[in-house]
Amino acid sequence: MPNPKRRHSKRRTATRRTHDHLVQPGRSECPNCHEPKLPHRVCPHCGTYKGREVIEVVEK
Amino acid sequence: MRHRKAGFKLKRDPAARKSLLRGLVTSVIEQERIITTVPKAKAAKPLVDKMITLAKRDTLHARRQAARFLETPASVKKLFDKLGVRFGQRAGGYTRIVRLGWRQGDGAEQAMLELVGSQLVKRAAERAKRKEERMKAVREGREEEPPAA
Repeated sequence: MPNPKRRHSKRRTATRRTHDHLVQPGRSECPNCHEPKLPHRVCPHCGTYKGREVIEVVEK
Repeated sequence: MRHRKAGFKLKRDPAARKSLLRGLVTSVIEQERIITTVPKAKAAKPLVDKMITLAKRDTLHARRQAARFLETPASVKKLFDKLGVRFGQRAGGYTRIVRLGWRQGDGAEQAMLELVGSQLVKRAAERAKRKEERMKAVREGREEEPPAA
Protein backbone atom coordinates (compact mmCIF):
# COMPACT_ATOMS: atom_id res chain seq x y z
CA MET A 1 0.00 0.00 0.00
CA PRO A 2 1.25 3.51 -0.77
CA ASN A 3 2.10 5.54 2.28
CA PRO A 4 3.29 9.11 2.91
CA LYS A 5 7.04 9.40 2.61
CA ARG A 6 7.45 12.33 4.99
CA ARG A 7 5.67 13.72 7.98
CA HIS A 8 3.80 16.99 7.27
CA SER A 9 5.03 20.01 9.18
CA LYS A 10 2.68 21.90 11.49
CA ARG A 11 3.02 24.85 9.14
CA ARG A 12 1.88 22.83 6.16
CA THR A 13 -1.23 21.67 8.06
CA ALA A 14 -1.95 25.19 9.29
CA THR A 15 -1.47 26.65 5.82
CA ARG A 16 -3.97 24.20 4.36
CA ARG A 17 -6.49 25.11 7.03
CA THR A 18 -6.30 28.90 6.57
CA HIS A 19 -9.47 28.79 4.47
CA ASP A 20 -11.40 26.49 6.86
CA HIS A 21 -13.85 28.73 8.63
CA LEU A 22 -17.56 29.48 8.91
CA VAL A 23 -19.01 32.60 7.39
CA GLN A 24 -21.66 34.79 8.97
CA PRO A 25 -25.02 34.62 7.15
CA GLY A 26 -26.08 37.84 5.45
CA ARG A 27 -28.67 39.82 7.36
CA SER A 28 -30.89 42.76 6.63
CA GLU A 29 -32.96 45.01 8.83
CA CYS A 30 -36.68 44.40 9.05
CA PRO A 31 -38.38 47.58 7.81
CA ASN A 32 -41.27 46.99 10.22
CA CYS A 33 -39.67 46.16 13.58
CA HIS A 34 -36.00 46.98 12.80
CA GLU A 35 -34.79 43.63 14.09
CA PRO A 36 -32.12 41.83 12.04
CA LYS A 37 -33.62 39.25 9.70
CA LEU A 38 -32.50 37.01 6.85
CA PRO A 39 -32.98 38.58 3.42
CA HIS A 40 -35.88 37.32 1.24
CA ARG A 41 -37.56 35.71 4.24
CA VAL A 42 -40.40 36.60 6.56
CA CYS A 43 -39.18 38.43 9.66
CA PRO A 44 -39.32 35.89 12.51
CA HIS A 45 -39.77 38.70 15.02
CA CYS A 46 -42.84 40.49 13.67
CA GLY A 47 -44.02 38.09 10.97
CA THR A 48 -44.13 40.60 8.12
CA TYR A 49 -42.65 40.54 4.64
CA LYS A 50 -42.80 43.38 2.12
CA GLY A 51 -45.09 45.38 4.37
CA ARG A 52 -47.77 42.67 4.64
CA GLU A 53 -47.67 38.86 4.62
CA VAL A 54 -48.35 38.55 8.30
CA ILE A 55 -47.43 35.15 9.63
CA GLU A 56 -48.74 34.91 13.15
CA VAL A 57 -46.00 35.17 15.72
CA VAL A 58 -46.79 33.41 18.98
CA GLU A 59 -45.70 35.29 22.09
CA LYS A 60 -43.80 33.12 24.50
CA MET B 1 -28.72 10.22 -18.65
CA ARG B 2 -31.26 12.56 -17.12
CA HIS B 3 -30.34 15.57 -19.21
CA ARG B 4 -33.06 18.21 -19.56
CA LYS B 5 -35.35 16.57 -17.04
CA ALA B 6 -35.45 19.30 -14.45
CA GLY B 7 -38.05 19.18 -11.71
CA PHE B 8 -38.72 18.00 -8.20
CA LYS B 9 -38.68 14.31 -7.33
CA LEU B 10 -39.39 14.86 -3.65
CA LYS B 11 -37.89 11.44 -2.84
CA ARG B 12 -41.04 9.67 -3.98
CA ASP B 13 -41.96 7.27 -6.73
CA PRO B 14 -44.18 8.76 -9.45
CA ALA B 15 -47.47 7.60 -7.92
CA ALA B 16 -46.67 8.88 -4.43
CA ARG B 17 -45.42 12.16 -5.87
CA LYS B 18 -48.61 12.66 -7.85
CA SER B 19 -50.75 11.92 -4.79
CA LEU B 20 -48.77 14.36 -2.69
CA LEU B 21 -48.99 17.14 -5.26
CA ARG B 22 -52.72 16.57 -5.85
CA GLY B 23 -53.27 16.90 -2.13
CA LEU B 24 -51.22 20.09 -1.90
CA VAL B 25 -52.97 21.69 -4.87
CA THR B 26 -56.41 20.77 -3.50
CA SER B 27 -55.45 22.28 -0.14
CA VAL B 28 -54.23 25.53 -1.68
CA ILE B 29 -57.50 25.93 -3.57
CA GLU B 30 -59.64 25.14 -0.53
CA GLN B 31 -57.61 26.91 2.17
CA GLU B 32 -56.10 29.79 0.14
CA ARG B 33 -52.70 29.37 1.81
CA ILE B 34 -50.63 26.44 3.01
CA ILE B 35 -47.32 26.07 4.78
CA THR B 36 -45.02 23.39 3.43
CA THR B 37 -41.37 22.95 2.48
CA VAL B 38 -39.82 25.13 -0.23
CA PRO B 39 -39.35 22.32 -2.81
CA LYS B 40 -42.93 21.08 -2.32
CA ALA B 41 -44.24 24.63 -2.71
CA LYS B 42 -42.18 25.11 -5.86
CA ALA B 43 -43.44 21.83 -7.30
CA ALA B 44 -47.09 22.59 -6.53
CA LYS B 45 -47.12 26.23 -7.67
CA PRO B 46 -47.27 25.68 -11.46
CA LEU B 47 -49.97 23.04 -10.96
CA VAL B 48 -52.15 25.47 -8.98
CA ASP B 49 -51.66 28.08 -11.71
CA LYS B 50 -52.73 25.54 -14.34
CA MET B 51 -55.89 24.76 -12.39
CA ILE B 52 -56.79 28.44 -12.32
CA THR B 53 -56.16 28.69 -16.05
CA LEU B 54 -58.65 25.84 -16.50
CA ALA B 55 -61.13 27.71 -14.31
CA LYS B 56 -60.83 30.81 -16.47
CA ARG B 57 -61.68 28.75 -19.54
CA ASP B 58 -64.86 27.63 -17.73
CA THR B 59 -66.11 24.92 -20.09
CA LEU B 60 -67.50 21.52 -19.18
CA HIS B 61 -64.34 19.91 -20.52
CA ALA B 62 -62.13 22.20 -18.42
CA ARG B 63 -64.22 21.39 -15.36
CA ARG B 64 -63.76 17.67 -15.95
CA GLN B 65 -60.03 18.11 -16.49
CA ALA B 66 -59.80 19.87 -13.12
CA ALA B 67 -62.00 17.26 -11.42
CA ARG B 68 -59.65 14.58 -12.70
CA PHE B 69 -56.77 16.15 -10.79
CA LEU B 70 -58.33 17.70 -7.68
CA GLU B 71 -59.28 15.40 -4.84
CA THR B 72 -62.54 16.91 -3.65
CA PRO B 73 -65.67 18.03 -5.53
CA ALA B 74 -65.86 21.06 -3.23
CA SER B 75 -62.47 22.29 -4.45
CA VAL B 76 -63.56 22.00 -8.10
CA LYS B 77 -66.67 24.00 -7.28
CA LYS B 78 -64.73 26.73 -5.51
CA LEU B 79 -62.14 26.83 -8.29
CA PHE B 80 -64.70 27.44 -11.03
CA ASP B 81 -67.26 29.52 -9.11
CA LYS B 82 -64.90 31.78 -7.15
CA LEU B 83 -61.31 31.65 -8.36
CA GLY B 84 -62.01 31.76 -12.08
CA VAL B 85 -63.87 35.05 -11.59
CA ARG B 86 -61.42 36.40 -9.04
CA PHE B 87 -58.42 35.97 -11.35
CA GLY B 88 -60.29 36.81 -14.56
CA GLN B 89 -58.36 40.02 -15.13
CA ARG B 90 -54.97 38.69 -14.01
CA ALA B 91 -52.67 37.27 -16.66
CA GLY B 92 -50.78 34.61 -14.72
CA GLY B 93 -49.02 34.84 -11.38
CA TYR B 94 -52.00 33.67 -9.34
CA THR B 95 -49.86 32.23 -6.57
CA ARG B 96 -47.03 33.42 -4.37
CA ILE B 97 -44.31 31.63 -2.41
CA VAL B 98 -42.85 33.31 0.67
CA ARG B 99 -39.94 31.77 2.52
CA LEU B 100 -40.52 31.43 6.24
CA GLY B 101 -37.34 30.02 7.73
CA TRP B 102 -36.29 26.62 8.95
CA ARG B 103 -38.41 23.98 10.62
CA GLN B 104 -37.32 22.84 14.05
CA GLY B 105 -36.70 19.11 14.00
CA ASP B 106 -35.26 18.48 10.58
CA GLY B 107 -34.09 21.94 9.46
CA ALA B 108 -36.17 21.88 6.28
CA GLU B 109 -36.88 25.36 4.97
CA GLN B 110 -40.56 26.16 5.16
CA ALA B 111 -42.54 28.34 2.78
CA MET B 112 -46.05 29.64 2.49
CA LEU B 113 -47.80 29.00 -0.82
CA GLU B 114 -50.82 31.25 -1.23
CA LEU B 115 -53.32 32.45 -3.77
CA VAL B 116 -52.60 36.12 -4.42
CA GLY B 117 -55.04 38.24 -2.43
CA SER B 118 -55.67 35.71 0.35
CA GLN B 119 -56.10 36.97 3.89
CA LEU B 120 -54.35 35.78 7.01
CA VAL B 121 -56.70 34.11 9.45
CA LYS B 122 -55.59 34.69 13.02
CA ARG B 123 -55.81 31.37 14.74
CA ALA B 124 -52.85 31.24 17.11
CA ALA B 125 -54.76 32.53 20.15
CA GLU B 126 -57.52 30.00 19.63
CA ARG B 127 -55.03 27.20 19.21
CA ALA B 128 -53.15 28.20 22.37
CA LYS B 129 -56.39 28.27 24.32
CA ARG B 130 -57.38 24.80 23.17
CA LYS B 131 -53.96 23.49 24.09
CA GLU B 132 -54.22 25.09 27.52
CA GLU B 133 -57.56 23.43 28.14
CA ARG B 134 -56.19 20.09 27.03
CA MET B 135 -53.21 20.40 29.38
CA LYS B 136 -55.53 21.32 32.24
CA ALA B 137 -57.68 18.27 31.56
CA VAL B 138 -54.60 16.06 31.63
CA ARG B 139 -53.37 17.61 34.88
CA GLU B 140 -56.66 16.98 36.58
CA GLY B 141 -56.51 13.41 35.41
CA ARG B 142 -59.75 13.58 33.50
CA GLU B 143 -58.15 12.60 30.23
CA GLU B 144 -55.48 10.25 28.99
CA GLU B 145 -51.99 11.57 28.29
CA PRO B 146 -51.95 12.73 24.65
CA PRO B 147 -49.43 11.00 22.38
CA ALA B 148 -46.60 13.59 22.34
CA ALA B 149 -48.34 16.51 20.69
